[in-house]
Amino acid sequence: MAVETTTRAKVRWGLLDVIVVVFALVPVLWIASLSFKTPATLTDGKFWPREWTLDNYRTIFDTDQFVRALVNSIGIALIATLIAVVLGAMAAYAISRLDFPGKKLLVGVSLLIAMFPQVSLVSPLFEIERQLGLFDTWPGLILPYITFALPLAIYTLSAFFKQIPWDLEKAAKMDGATQGQAFRRVIAPLAAPGLFTTAILVFIFCWNDFLFAITLTSTERARTVPVALSFFTGESQFEDPTGAICAAAVVITIPIILFVLFFQRRIVSGLTSGAVKG
Amino acid sequence: MADIVLDKVSKRFPDGTTAVRGVDLEIADGEFVILVGPSGCGKSTTLNMIAGLEDISSGELRIAGQRVNDKAPRDRDIAMVFQSYALYPNMTVRENMAFPLRLAKLDKESIHQKVEEAAKVLELTPLLDRKPANLSGGQRQRVAMGRAIVRQPKAFLMDEPLSNLDAKLRVQMRTVVSRLQKQLGTTTVYVTHDQTEAMTLGDRVVIMRGGAVQQVGPPQELYDHPRNLFVAGFIGSPSMNFLHAAVEDGHLRTALGDVPIGDRVRRQLDGADAPRELILGIRPEHFEDAALIDDETRRRGLEFDAPVDIVESMGSDKYVYFTVEGERASAAELEELAADAGAADFTGTGSSLVTRLSAESPVREGESRRVWFNLEKIHLFDPSTGRNLTLHEGRASGALAD
Repeated sequence: MAVETTTRAKVRWGLLDVIVVVFALVPVLWIASLSFKTPATLTDGKFWPREWTLDNYRTIFDTDQFVRALVNSIGIALIATLIAVVLGAMAAYAISRLDFPGKKLLVGVSLLIAMFPQVSLVSPLFEIERQLGLFDTWPGLILPYITFALPLAIYTLSAFFKQIPWDLEKAAKMDGATQGQAFRRVIAPLAAPGLFTTAILVFIFCWNDFLFAITLTSTERARTVPVALSFFTGESQFEDPTGAICAAAVVITIPIILFVLFFQRRIVSGLTSGAVKG
Repeated sequence: MADIVLDKVSKRFPDGTTAVRGVDLEIADGEFVILVGPSGCGKSTTLNMIAGLEDISSGELRIAGQRVNDKAPRDRDIAMVFQSYALYPNMTVRENMAFPLRLAKLDKESIHQKVEEAAKVLELTPLLDRKPANLSGGQRQRVAMGRAIVRQPKAFLMDEPLSNLDAKLRVQMRTVVSRLQKQLGTTTVYVTHDQTEAMTLGDRVVIMRGGAVQQVGPPQELYDHPRNLFVAGFIGSPSMNFLHAAVEDGHLRTALGDVPIGDRVRRQLDGADAPRELILGIRPEHFEDAALIDDETRRRGLEFDAPVDIVESMGSDKYVYFTVEGERASAAELEELAADAGAADFTGTGSSLVTRLSAESPVREGESRRVWFNLEKIHLFDPSTGRNLTLHEGRASGALAD
């Protein structure tokens, strides 16, 4: 595509970009700004805090509540992500490479799971988990997260596996590799961008979930941050916890940003170039 | 180093199609055999069965006298070069070539030595630390070859290894492959759809069509003594001319005039179920400008006049295209060959005749020219079965033989 960009077009697109970015970022910045305000100036409607304070952050880290929730969130999201990506990779590999009976059914059912409204599953899950003793435990959240993340993982990953030329696997087999070796040493390294992309998506899904977390937990044992936030109260019932909630919101955004930045560096495009004549 | 024997090997896919039917083939130790045929003829499937990448539906495959039907590719000790090269893009050239050796659990020292050796043979030494993405097509092709030769397997399998290269490089690599095979003396099975590669590379050529072997033999034998219409049409460039010929009391009526037939062909045509229509095949080089031949040669052939369409001067000789009136030769084999060449829908009126005349011929486009052709080099085919009627004990003997 040979596009000759005139100065006018550049300015037009630039303006449009700025509008979109501002629209998306203002609420985030507002939250950040609120988190630095003192309770007295909280409602002054000024974007720039008149009095800076770190009290809000001190408050949330002083309460055991928030720190526990943070640990729960990180642990649950990481474990669920790891399991979902490994299982998803194996399933996606089979789906993209093999022609087995029931393949269409499997893909269809996994799509069905992804489409199923989670809210209608919450009550049955609550009952089941109470019966099984999973209620208010880490596995009690990890299991549903894996279930709902797997279809996503399978879909993303099978798209990546399909891009890898099958000849590479055949070549590995001819070179003396077993099926497992061919997957581990040739296919998986090439599917790495896909694995990292999937990991990011699954992690974000687990990290942000509120519905399951609030239904399937009752104490600090397994309560995750989004839920803990909703339980924030001021020191007395007349005190407004807005500042603390904002500070917590900023804090829980940080792991996600770190996670994405860390894995994004590994998502390099064109990793398969040079494998086959393209 | 080993021989490879295919004993009535067949491949049927679950959807019911038969890709390969009853292939019998004995490949001697150190031999260079080419499997050639149009796309969909089963040549690649056959190669994949030898490799172990496809299951064998029936029949037996033996490598070095040992039945290997149920062995995984890694236990067959054969190397394969893919059409797409299939280099591991995440590894350097060195790592690519070392990969089979590392899987075989060789120690570091001998891996290093073997890789260096193979790289030297293929002139890859300066490229060893590059990634495949930074190599040209020809270099990638050599790396793929290097990965195959580095572990000294019992046999090489090559699946159209040169078809992704440009024309000039392909000719160059052809000699590299040929020299390498002679130097190493390793049994090689080579699949191609290019009949020039088949003719120039192999000790023996196997021509396949529709999953079945049509003819096996040294290139020259296939060229001179094709067993059927398909082989005759497939081998040779430009390909053999085919004309419709009607059998009429003792001679054949063709667009080139009435062709006399000898006793041997006559006997075949005497039977009750003998065909009344034949296809006459004649190669371009068996024509000559009638003005350029001596009387002795003239007696062995026939002459005809035809308008000249196009003259292509090749320097050493001239390709002259004529249009001759009359019915077109038609047979299933010919349609298949035309479809493979991509010329199925390219039909003019009458038949086009390709001839290869001496460079001295003063032939010009647009004029009518008298042309002689050699009756001893004519092939006659039965259009229904494709069989070559002029073939006697495997030797083609022309239309006049007694």
